This record gives sequence, structure tokens and C-alpha cells, in this order.
Amino acid sequence: MCLAIPVKVEEILEDDMAVVNIGGVKKEISVALIDDLNIGDYVIMHVGYALNKIDPEEAENTLSLFKEMGVLEQALADHGVQ
Amino acid sequence: MKYVDEYRDGKMARHIAEKINQSVKPDKTYHFMEFCGGHTHAIFRYGIPDLLPKNVKMIHGPGCPVCILPIPRIDAAIELAEKHQVILCSYGDMMRVPGSKRRSLLKAKADGADIRMVYSCADALAIAKDNPDKQVVFFAIGFETTTPPTALIIQQAQKQQVNNFSVFCNHVLTPSAITTILESPEVRDMGVVPLDGFIGPAHVSTVIGSQPYEYFAEEYQKPVVIAGFEPLDVLQAILMLIEQVNAGKAEVENEFTRAVTDQGNIKAKHLVADIFEMRAEFEWRGLGLVPYSGLRIKPAYQDYDAEKRFPLTQSQGTDHKACECPKILRGVKTPKDCKLFGTKCTPDNPIGSCMVSSEGACAAYYSYGRHLQSDKA
Amino acid sequence: MVHGAGGKAMSQLIDQLFVSKFDNDILTQQNDQAFLTVPNNKIVMATDNHVISPLFFPGGDIGALSIHGTVNDVVMSGAMPLYISCAFILEEGYPLAELDKICQSMAKAAQQANVRIVTGDTKVVEKGHGDGVFINTTGIGVITDGIERGADKVNVGDKIIVSGTLGDHGVAIMSLRENLTFETTIESDSQALDDLVANMVSQVPEISCMRDPTRGGIAATMNEIAQQANVGIQLYEDDIPVKAQVKSACEFLGLDPLYVANEGKLVAFCPADKAVALLEIMQAHPQGQDAAIIGEVFEDSNNFVQLATSFGGMRMVDWINGEQLPRIC
Repeated sequence: MCLAIPVKVEEILEDDMAVVNIGGVKKEISVALIDDLNIGDYVIMHVGYALNKIDPEEAENTLSLFKEMGVLEQALADHGVQ
Repeated sequence: MKYVDEYRDGKMARHIAEKINQSVKPDKTYHFMEFCGGHTHAIFRYGIPDLLPKNVKMIHGPGCPVCILPIPRIDAAIELAEKHQVILCSYGDMMRVPGSKRRSLLKAKADGADIRMVYSCADALAIAKDNPDKQVVFFAIGFETTTPPTALIIQQAQKQQVNNFSVFCNHVLTPSAITTILESPEVRDMGVVPLDGFIGPAHVSTVIGSQPYEYFAEEYQKPVVIAGFEPLDVLQAILMLIEQVNAGKAEVENEFTRAVTDQGNIKAKHLVADIFEMRAEFEWRGLGLVPYSGLRIKPAYQDYDAEKRFPLTQSQGTDHKACECPKILRGVKTPKDCKLFGTKCTPDNPIGSCMVSSEGACAAYYSYGRHLQSDKA
Repeated sequence: MVHGAGGKAMSQLIDQLFVSKFDNDILTQQNDQAFLTVPNNKIVMATDNHVISPLFFPGGDIGALSIHGTVNDVVMSGAMPLYISCAFILEEGYPLAELDKICQSMAKAAQQANVRIVTGDTKVVEKGHGDGVFINTTGIGVITDGIERGADKVNVGDKIIVSGTLGDHGVAIMSLRENLTFETTIESDSQALDDLVANMVSQVPEISCMRDPTRGGIAATMNEIAQQANVGIQLYEDDIPVKAQVKSACEFLGLDPLYVANEGKLVAFCPADKAVALLEIMQAHPQGQDAAIIGEVFEDSNNFVQLATSFGGMRMVDWINGEQLPRIC
């Protein structure tokens, strides 16, 4: 469910609205559910509303998690085997 | 696209799949349910089953708000447009879903009803403002992700006194559905499939946070890993579940840390609590009556409640006798086990709830997985 | 508007708008029929009804579209297009100034495609019984090289080449659709492909089949051909050209670019050993700069169309009924 997509905030407007950039496509959406919004922030957009901010540090952490060695490689590394 | 493409990298997928292969115990079969329809869609669209070892089985859960909407509710929406002559605004997903007598919103529209597709519920409120002499009803569906926007427009409607506007509320709740799968007597009668863990929904969790899932982990001793929607997120979550099962753990872990926190979006939660209250029970197509699983508009906002404004008939639509959706939704059967699958029941002519939305298990399997029958494969 | 019932007012309308804009020696004879000289070759005929909304969109309008669409239908056979008829159904009260723009557009499109609009008809219906303007265009062309192309000539092993980026028209239209507003620089790709095709068939006569994917996107076209030719089709997602903004728009609306409409692209099937040569010829032409080899034909009694995904798996490209609708789930 819940088709939602990370979008970049380009302009903050009145009445809790903002212009966001979705990979080159621009759209005006509501940011009424977000506090402390800044230009350049990424938010998750669902049905024309920003639901949450994306945490860039956590995003990096997750990518690092993917790259981690598997149990076998770790075991081999622990035993000094390449 | 940033925060999307990096999480779809094929090479990294094979690396994580390799880690999964190394982690599984050869004598054990792991059964994990992805609750959310979006995860079902991602799993099939990216061919994730092809990457998993044979002893890791994904069971497709009922987290598809379109699939679980019962026929009487669809009939009521059509009735609002046809009998009460309102301008009915609906998300695209609902337009083709068949209610009683195979009628859908799209068919009713072709027959002359003023039914308009909207991308956002804000558009429905705008239509109400543009058409002050007509009644406008927004057909609200969705889990906790989609509920805060509806709450906002009801609040705005009241502030701005848009009195020709109301909402037909069909918002449903995730935790209750998960409980039903784990708990209900029907599951016991039909035969329980051992479930070793859950992949928790992505965007629902950005709103409700990771905290609500602690109940399941504790009470039923099943690990829950909240995963993002991209294929690498799903693979990583499967790996994390396998590692928990192997270690005998039953904790809530969060893979989608870039968007999900422990508490979720507090502002959104407060707003929803302001506008909505829980129904004692709500019917889920394929699951029957589920306690405390649906929302209705609070009395303070009843002026904007379409069910209070318009008298609606309670139709008695029922599903086809041979339809196996109830068992498929609980993971007891797969789409291939249903006699109607691919013959009488196809995405063009959906009979049961699992085929009705492109995210239902049957629709996803039909659209993405049938290639396994081809001569080439 | 009293124009539908024949008579002086009708004559004036025809004169002002149509004959003067579509000026050619056949039309100016103002008979009810057109006398055509056709070379002694096989004739190709195609017809199309244009009922689109909105009538004007970034990159085109219903007028240009109606000419491009029928010219393309004719040239996909490999034929040289010659003559077009056009019949209008106009809604009473439709502004003449707008109609004038549409006619100008058609005249320009016809001139660019080297076709003459030689006959036509106009009817007016009551307000509320039309969408402003409906246009039917019928086109005639001739096969000059004696080769009849079509899905039945497709062979196992043939390569599939697309002439450019997919989904542009559908996204351009969608951005104007009520309740779906978003800002994009994407324009419709509506264009007549007669010159590109003439280049292709003259240099690679071995082309077995060509088709222009319109409504339903390339997915519909591939499924049609797979069934008609009784083959299977394999596509490669990494090779399919899609503009970044089209991808993004599809992403947030929940649409698959493979199913989004085009109005100025073609797919060509040719033997594998001619594919690279054909690709180079297409890429050298202004209408084929983004051309790419996107797949091949294999044996499959199920007539499946499959896609090797960027992710590394395989999935079906199913034939869906009806238009793809944006989704929120």
C-alpha cells in the first residue's frame, strides 16, 4: 500500500505548502504534517502530502549496512583468509 | 532519483542475497509474511523470490486497503454518486474494483454518475469549493499512511465552512489486522501456517513509528523488521529476520531508519486522534469482522461525515464460493491453489479481493510471475 | 452555429477554414469526391478517429495529431503516404478561433509529411454531444518496393528497435489532466514518421514489421505483435530509452512507462544481422536520435512478452485492458 516517494523541497510557500522536485518534475504539495522544514530537505510524499523527513545520515548508514560482509566472509576475514 | 536508485542496485542485491544464502540453516524452512501490499508488489516486480534460497518462503499478507474493502462499502460509494447525485471523488485505485453485480465506479461513471478521480484528497476539497451548489463526497480509503491527509482536509473543511463537503471514511488500521492473522479462530480451523516473522510496512510506520509492533514481538514471540519499499530494503529485512530466528530472538528491528523513528510522526498522530475514533469492528473482505480495525469520524466533525449526511443502504454482496482469498490472505494457500486463478479470475476480470488491486497477492503473481510457465524459462 | 445543415453558412465555413488552409488543386475543385492519381502499386489505406481531450497540449494539438497518427499508420507498412481525408464533428458553439488554429496545425502537419488533404466533411452536433472537436482522418499510400510488411512476417531471432524515448506523450497529457497537475518540461512527441521510415526501408528492406505504439504504450504493441506473429518477445529494461522526467512522473503516480502513450515513435523488427546497421541509420536521422535495440523475438507458444529487469530478474509485461490509472497504494 502507500505509494510514497522521496522528493526534494525547493521552495517553501504560505499556508503550509511547498514546491518539491521529483527527479525534475515539480509539484506543489502540503507540508502541514512536517515541522522544521528547510529548503534542500528531502521528504516522503504520499497523495500530495509530505509525511516525514528523510534522515540523510541514516540513509547512508543503511547503505553501509547493505555493504557489510556476510557471515562467511566475516568468518574468513576473522581467520585471516581473503 | 535520490534515495530511490541507490536502493535498487542489482549488484548489491546479489551481495545481500549471498549473505542470505550463507545465513539460512539448511534443515529449516523460514516463513515470513510481508504484511503490506506495497512490499508484495516490490517482491514480484523485482523478482525477489528468484534471489532467495528455496527454504525461505514469503507469505503475502492482507495489507492492501483496496483488496480488503468489502463489497457493501463499494456499493455505498456508487449509491452516493448515483442515487444521491453527489460529485464522488476517489483515488484511482478504487475506480475498477467491482462491487455487487460487477459494477464499479468506472462503470457507474460511464453510465453518467459524476465520479472524479483525484490524486490527492486536497483536490476533493477544492472541487467542493468550486461547486458550491453540489454535494461533494471524498471516498477515503487507506491505512495509517493515508489517514493524516484525510484528517487535514476535514479540519480545513470545518475551518473554512465548506459545508457541501463530506468524507465517506474507510480508513483501516494495521496492528489489528496483524493480530487477526495471528489470533482468530478461523485461522485455527483452516490450518495455521507457521509464521516465523513479519516484514513491517514501510510508510505506515513512518506515521505510527516502530513502537506499536513491540506488542506482537512480545506477545506472539515473532520478530518484526520494518522495511523500506525498495528491493534492497526488503532483502536486508529478510536477512535481519533470518538472523533473529536463528538466534531465537523476537524483537522489533527497523531497517527503514532513514524514515521511521520509534515514535513516528507525532503531529500526524495527534491530528488523526483529533478527528477520528475507532469503530468497534469493521468488515475486511476475505477476513470477516475485525475488531478495532477501522476508523470513523468523531461526533465533533459529524457534519463532514457522509454516512451521517446520506442514508445509505446496507447491501449484502458476498464473494464467489470458489474464491480462496480468505485462505490466501492468511497465507494458508497460494494463488496457484485457487481454481479460479488465471481462468475465471484475472486482473481484467477480478473476482476476489486478492486480484482486485495490482498489489493483491493474486494480481501481483499473475502480472509478474506467470513467465515461469513460458517455453523459454 | 447553424453550419451543419448545408447551405450558405456551411459553404462559408468550409471555404474560410478548410479549403484555404488545406489548399491544393484537388480540394479546390470542391467536388464531393476527389479524383486521385495513384501509381500502379499496391495501395495501403488506414483510418483513425481522434477524440482526445484536452485538444491542445504541450507539443501539439488534435489537428496535428490527427494527421500524424494516420500518416504513421500508413507508413508503418513501409508505404509512401499520398492523400488524406478528414471529417469533422464539431460541437455547437466551439470557438472558430480555436478551430482555425487546429486547421492551421493540420495544414502544417500535412505539408511536412508531403500529403494532400483532398476531401472531407463537416457536421455540427448540439452542445453537450461532443468534446469540442472530433476528427476522423483516413490516409492512402502506396507500396513502392513491392514488400508487404506486418506482424505475420516477424521471425524468431528478429531484433526489436525503438526509434526514441517512450512515454513522452502520455506524461505531457497527464500534466494537464484535471486533479493531476504537476510541472514538467516534457512535451508530446507527436510527429509524422514518413521520412524516417522512407530512410529505413530503402536501406534495410529486410525489415519485417513496423508499428507505432500509441495508447497502451509499447506494452500493448509488443503483446499485439507477439500474438499476431505467434511468438514470444524478450525486452531489456536497461536498454529501453525513457526520459528522466517521464520516469519520475510515472514513479509518483504509480504508472509503468511501458504502458504510457506515445504519438511519434515506432518499433521495427528486423533480422539480427541487420540490426546494428538499421540502428545506425535511425540514429543518424533527427527523428531517431535516441533509437535503441531493446529486445528480440523468441519461440514461445504462450506468446508472452517478458522483461529482463535492471535489477537482474525477469518479469512479465502483461496485456492490460483499459487505461492505466494513477494509484496511491
